[in-house]
Amino acid sequence: MTGQEVAFLVLAVIGGLAGLLVVTSRNVVHAALYLVVALASVAGIYLLLAAPFVAFVQVIIYVGAIVVLLLFGIMLTRAPVGRRVLDNTLRARVGAFVVGGGVFVMLTVFLADAFGSERIATQAATATAALGESLFRNYVLPFEAVSVLLLAALIGAIVLARRD
Amino acid sequence: MPLMYPLVFAAFLFSVGVYGVLARRNAVMVLMSIELMLNAVNVNLIAFNAYLRDQLATGQVFALFVIAVAAAEVGIGLAIVLLIFRNRETVNIDEVDLLRW
Repeated sequence: MTGQEVAFLVLAVIGGLAGLLVVTSRNVVHAALYLVVALASVAGIYLLLAAPFVAFVQVIIYVGAIVVLLLFGIMLTRAPVGRRVLDNTLRARVGAFVVGGGVFVMLTVFLADAFGSERIATQAATATAALGESLFRNYVLPFEAVSVLLLAALIGAIVLARRD
Repeated sequence: MPLMYPLVFAAFLFSVGVYGVLARRNAVMVLMSIELMLNAVNVNLIAFNAYLRDQLATGQVFALFVIAVAAAEVGIGLAIVLLIFRNRETVNIDEVDLLRW
């Protein structure tokens, strides 16, 4: 087992546990902080998979912006604490567990069937220059579409949240 | 590294997100679970980008697009949640039944 695999397994265990705590925590603020841990370990996994630029974008946008936005949302909606106010009934939770577990088992079985013996070759990290070249040469149209989407979301959020 | 490692991790993160969306009552927690699911998709994109050794880095480019769409989604989602809280004093999604037949 190589050092890369050991690092991946450590990050995956941390990220998986933090993800579980996000959906089971009794306190909304704790859930948001566990989300930071999960997103940061996903950023580490991007680094291991030779995608450093995406890893840093993940840290800046997810950990830096989205979690802060979620924390503001928690503060402005008077975050309640406790199992009863945060979760659905036990029956609904059992159903959710069955659906989530079923999705996991099904995906794992099918993926193991299709890609069970494949390996990711060790490779140099993608240079940011190459990524930028690909983004602005080959994928410039989707890039512009995403820009328009962000503008529309910005205007929509202002219109929705405005008090008039 | 076997391709299955990141794929199983992504499948696990996605299933945890599915559980969170279905089991949580608080709308902000549902948004957090959606973020987990979007991250699982990104892990898949990056893993297959590394596996296929794509010269154009298509997987990474589309992971960036997914991150941008996630930012837009959480902005709009929180604006809607704040609006609902202002009007109805609650963010529990089972109590918001305005559009229910």
